[in-house]
Amino acid sequence: MQINRRRVKLTRDRVFSSRELSLLAILILIVAGIQLRNSTFLSSRSINDMLKNYSTTITLALGMMSVLLIGGIDISVSATLAFSGMSASLLMRDGVYSSTLVMFLVSTAIGTLCGLLVGLVISRGKVLPIIATLGFANIFRGATYIISDSRWVSAYQFDSAFKRFAQTRTLTFGLMNNLVFIALVCYLVFFVVMRWTRFGRRIYAVGSNPEAASISGININRVKLAVYTMAGSFAGLIGAMYTSLYASAQSDMGMGMEMDAIASCVLGGVSLSGGQGGVPGVLLGAMTMTVISKALPLIGISQFWQKAIKGIIILIAIIINVLAQRAIHRNAMRARERQI
Amino acid sequence: MTAHPDRSILAARNKSLKSVFMRWEFLLLGLFLAINIMNAVISPYYLNAGNLFTAINSFLVKGFIAMPMAYLLVLGDIDLSVGSTVALSATLLGVSYNAGVPMGLAILIALLCGTMCGLLNGLILTRFTELAPMIVTLGTMTLYRGISEMILGSQSTGSFHNVSWFYQIYYARLGPVPYLFFFFCLLALAFGFVLHKTIFGRQLFAIGSNRLTAKYSGVPVQRHRLICYTLMGLVCGMSGVFYSSWMGTVRFDIATGYELEAISVAVLGGISTSGGKGTFPGAIISIFIIGLLGYGLGLINVNSQTILMIIGLILIAVVMAPNLKTRRKPGIKTS
Repeated sequence: MQINRRRVKLTRDRVFSSRELSLLAILILIVAGIQLRNSTFLSSRSINDMLKNYSTTITLALGMMSVLLIGGIDISVSATLAFSGMSASLLMRDGVYSSTLVMFLVSTAIGTLCGLLVGLVISRGKVLPIIATLGFANIFRGATYIISDSRWVSAYQFDSAFKRFAQTRTLTFGLMNNLVFIALVCYLVFFVVMRWTRFGRRIYAVGSNPEAASISGININRVKLAVYTMAGSFAGLIGAMYTSLYASAQSDMGMGMEMDAIASCVLGGVSLSGGQGGVPGVLLGAMTMTVISKALPLIGISQFWQKAIKGIIILIAIIINVLAQRAIHRNAMRARERQI
Repeated sequence: MTAHPDRSILAARNKSLKSVFMRWEFLLLGLFLAINIMNAVISPYYLNAGNLFTAINSFLVKGFIAMPMAYLLVLGDIDLSVGSTVALSATLLGVSYNAGVPMGLAILIALLCGTMCGLLNGLILTRFTELAPMIVTLGTMTLYRGISEMILGSQSTGSFHNVSWFYQIYYARLGPVPYLFFFFCLLALAFGFVLHKTIFGRQLFAIGSNRLTAKYSGVPVQRHRLICYTLMGLVCGMSGVFYSSWMGTVRFDIATGYELEAISVAVLGGISTSGGKGTFPGAIISIFIIGLLGYGLGLINVNSQTILMIIGLILIAVVMAPNLKTRRKPGIKTS
């Protein structure tokens, strides 16, 4: 009886302290609130549109998550996205290739190279991540303006199959939108990698205690390099998704998307000092950001307010993270005292 | 140290004499001259006091921000929200002026707004010391810019130049030298003096080299951080006023990229991004280096995006160069 009650209490504690579950509850509350204000929100069409339009941001959060997990940050991802998306679009415009698959591959490859460069500067050059990525954000953005000559690649210059790709459901034979499918696959793969592979465990190890990780034989620099390269390849992939979605490539595309990605991670419980957070949390965080972005215009809030509201959400989320962590520490301390 | 104290002092003095020409500031002066020569070659009208000060004035507006940024970097802190703070202060100045508030009061509002923005950064960071400055100021960067966008939307506010004395803030000159330049020099002297010659300045270095040691030696770490962030906000408010006086009109997307330039300038000046190291004169020289470089590139029609790109390259190269030269000994690598 005693044991049973204790177990109930333990599960209850676990449920309430679980980041994912509380976030899920908040998400459901938000969705319910919006649904009350505007009943078209929960139609299948609206949900589909929402997932399609924000598949880019949702996927970008993954690359950012891996970077935050090792205690770094990457604010150059949106510039990498623009650079790789623009380069791949220019090549398609000039008729180098017309296949959608090749376009995606090229964009991802360019993104990977950008990420590799960032990773090399951070891991070999020992530059602080914030300084390096601040510099590279401007370098890649400037490079985008230069290669495109500050002009757009417009819809008519793209292959029609490429433009159709973002609007159709060919990959899953009619089950879901192609871009949503790509995002889903990325999340599944990432979930497995982070939870059950050596590489994933190493990322957590480096993030929670770099010295201990180093002593136990993990090559920190290699992990860092891999993580920033990965963030770059995600950005490259999303560059292709983005151009396909809007059927145009502009030099200023994706501006500020790194903030959405960071916000998704922070909401999802990824600790900014590294080592804490998981893929399900990030998915929920990204969904919350998506719902908020989609819902603000629906409930009659001007688009000009979006940035401020996102800023407030980020600040509140990181402060709540800190408070939660303090509470966990306090409880652990109290539990230890009780044992003595 | 025990046997011949005077000899070691002498040796140190000799060394300092020899190394004075190898000092970072000296290299920066060389770079400064090189850029001036380059500009003079590009444009025959460059070497003329009037034009030279026109060039200098145009980057002083953001040059101010580099001074408190140097303080923050010495502390081991960073502020990415500076551009947004400038935009928000300028926005409030414009909106309140156009709502009929007298210009003097509008300027006060702008300064107050900047100070409040800095204070908010500081309060969050000192109340929740676990938080990294980069992430908090990244958040407030979005927030301040967002509030500015909320107020102005896609419109601009302006017609400041109806008030002639406000126009004069940026444009008035004593002979060829703008008053803004005098003010800049005055402020630079004050900032340099406080950083290098006062207890407060020494304590900033102490905090930057080892925050915990500083705390246990009785330095009020969090209070000093709060002061520096608030100071940063105040200077951003000033920069917003100067910007308004310069352009005469304000949009919500002004002053983007100021954080990059301010950080690059401080880093090029030899201030370490990990805190505790650096000198103020170096930072001041690099304001002029980066500013005149941008001006010279503008002369040969390089667009602003490319200039930002070049500044980004310089930033990374400068931070990376010393790390590549000194090979670390094998052993435990941290962070």
